[in-house]
Amino acid sequence: MGKVLKEWIFTTDHKRVGILYLIGSIAAFAVAGITALLIRAELTTLGPTITDNPANYNVWLYFHGAAMILGFQIPALTGFMANYFIPLMIGAKDVAFPRLNAFSVWLFFMGIILALLTFVVPDPPDIMWTGYPPYSIITAGNTALYTFTVLLIGFASILGGVNFLTTVTFMRAPNVTWNRLNIFVWATCAAFVIQLIFVPVLGTAVTLLTFDKYLGTNFFDTTTGGDVLTYQNLFWFYSHPAVYVILLPFFAIIFEIVATFSKNRIFNYKMVVYGGIIGIVLISGEVWIHHLFVTGMPDWLRVGQMVTTLLISVPVGFLMIGLVGTLFRGSIDWNKTPMLYAIGFIVLFLIGGLTGIPNAIASLDLHISDTYFIVGHFHYVMAVAGTFGIFAGTYYIFPKMTGRMYNEAIGKLGFWLTFIGTNVTFWVMMDIGIDGMPRRYYDYSQFPQFEQAHQVMTVGALLVGAGFILAVFNWLQGAIAGKKAPDNPWGSKSLEWTTATPPPPGNWPEVPTLEEGWSPYAYEKS
Amino acid sequence: MCSVRSSKGLAACTTTLMSIFLMFSTNAIALEKINDPAPGWDRLWHEVVVDITILGVVFAFITFYFIYKYRRKDPNQVGNPPKLSPAMALGWALIPGFAFMADDFFLAANGWKLWNDYRRVPEDRMEIKLESGMYSWDYTYPNGAQTRNEVRVPAGKPIMLRMTSRDTLHSHFIPDYRVKEDSMPGRVTYLWFYPKKAGTEHLITCAEYCGIMHSYMVGKVVVLAPNEFAQWYAQEGAKVAEKKAAVIDKAVVDTETEVLAEGV
Repeated sequence: MGKVLKEWIFTTDHKRVGILYLIGSIAAFAVAGITALLIRAELTTLGPTITDNPANYNVWLYFHGAAMILGFQIPALTGFMANYFIPLMIGAKDVAFPRLNAFSVWLFFMGIILALLTFVVPDPPDIMWTGYPPYSIITAGNTALYTFTVLLIGFASILGGVNFLTTVTFMRAPNVTWNRLNIFVWATCAAFVIQLIFVPVLGTAVTLLTFDKYLGTNFFDTTTGGDVLTYQNLFWFYSHPAVYVILLPFFAIIFEIVATFSKNRIFNYKMVVYGGIIGIVLISGEVWIHHLFVTGMPDWLRVGQMVTTLLISVPVGFLMIGLVGTLFRGSIDWNKTPMLYAIGFIVLFLIGGLTGIPNAIASLDLHISDTYFIVGHFHYVMAVAGTFGIFAGTYYIFPKMTGRMYNEAIGKLGFWLTFIGTNVTFWVMMDIGIDGMPRRYYDYSQFPQFEQAHQVMTVGALLVGAGFILAVFNWLQGAIAGKKAPDNPWGSKSLEWTTATPPPPGNWPEVPTLEEGWSPYAYEKS
Repeated sequence: MCSVRSSKGLAACTTTLMSIFLMFSTNAIALEKINDPAPGWDRLWHEVVVDITILGVVFAFITFYFIYKYRRKDPNQVGNPPKLSPAMALGWALIPGFAFMADDFFLAANGWKLWNDYRRVPEDRMEIKLESGMYSWDYTYPNGAQTRNEVRVPAGKPIMLRMTSRDTLHSHFIPDYRVKEDSMPGRVTYLWFYPKKAGTEHLITCAEYCGIMHSYMVGKVVVLAPNEFAQWYAQEGAKVAEKKAAVIDKAVVDTETEVLAEGV
């Protein structure tokens, strides 16, 4: 036992680092999921329901947001999936800097531990995941805990970015050319480019916040010459691109799954890569003001970024056309758990993406900003769609990763519970948002007419929770006692399925030899 | 900020012009057309919802049609996609790209038009100052009258709020008038709304997380008939004047006492 533990702690193998990332992010997901259920339980009735103290509720909100984004989605996608898939997809034996990789995962674990201390320290942060001053400066809550969590996980991500961009640039097997890379490799590299550019901005913002609170500086303190909006600008200058750090990998893993389960090529590959993925990178840094539409920013900036925000629909539209086009004249095996999640993803992403359009229109946003409509929208487009991407990807790679099969029936049941629960919860959420229900409310006594809708949402959230518990149970059960998996259960043409199962350290005995013109999506040739 | 400052300048300028104009025609103000943003919001919202519903249904229909039509019938079957020539590939990028862009610009133009209604406050308006704080809305009328968590307004008069905050961020949200704007320490922001129907009340609620009791930061707009409002307003104004006079009297008495004391 001790030996195994030591092996895992000191591992530099990219696959084991990836699995460590998965374990850490699922732990964060579980606790953040529990806080989500606590939030929903509190809102079941008007007035206090499970706690008399609004401060507790605010801490749950803080933890749910911060842990889901920083502790679950970003690490699961750019930590676990990037680690597990990228070297295998490009035919490399490992990443360029294996020890840096191990350091990065342990930094991430420190970040997770720090985040979990929220439930131990006497004055936990109650500043939402955004940490807006002046409240974050004057609150009794522990803003430093938030800052250091962000910094640790941010550093982990920067190290990952350096590592994977180097790996993909220099360690591709012969004949794995840029125009034949898996979509996932392209998208994750693009996500890391965004991380490397923008994470330092977030680091700056939260560090200055801590200086203001604990060292008496006045960057954001208006009474002594600071400005409150500077923080919001810095914060969203990172945090909007961060949405694409999540979106690009989860969209791309869905591309891989749809291609495999349709045994088909990617439709219009170059449009997807150069129009869709690169287009999103180029536009990601020019839209953050749409988070500040109601803050009294100059009119030219609000109207200008309304236009840039609407234009995101062009690259995202390319991705969507590429995805649906990949189904065209394929051979679609739709009734397998990863593919069900992928189809569910398309539905959720359509709803979430299209409800982004009214949010982008500045004048419509004056009514719906900071209401449940926004919360419903981003849960559809990023939170749950992203989680569907992560779950689909985990189910997809599961036989390769563990050498065993999961239980297909439990997998499907989990999917349907989650899919139905998601729609029940977030559709209703958007609906009462249009009628004016503001977000981050511990109590809604001024809106008694919404009590029933809140109860429906709580039931939906319980379904989502049950679905996710089934999925995690299915993985644990499958990893321990599942049937032995074949090397390539899905019949994929992609390189990661050509290794032994599970892949040994070094992945292949020798670097895979690929003929010129090889493609991970060449199904019709066989 | 910039916009507030420039519209202030503009307002001062126009007010001067208006007062000159008023000497000749007392009907000038009544002729100004007021573009109420609230019904404009409902119209644009409806338009956008139709737009996105069509897009969503088309995409979803194609997806499910493909999944059904091309379902795997034989385990060894592989995809049989048509070959895409370079011209076709480019066309598949450019045509949808321009279609999306056209829709974007169409929506942006409509959004911008409505935006101008939201930001251009009619000249014939009543300006009320708002200072928000944890956890109340404090209004000050031009004559000095003050109210808390309740803003009384006359029907048929555009109301402009000039807002700031004394502590954290707040957002003055009136769902019925489809408008909100943050109030912040160290900055002045504004919003306006157009109350039309006397005898109605409209909820005000805080939309920006401002502290522990955020969800309890509630107020209301009370719309009164113009004469009713005028009566209340005059009454409050008189009270303020009385108070002011009392304060001045007291100050005078205090100074006299001080002078006397010093004299002794």
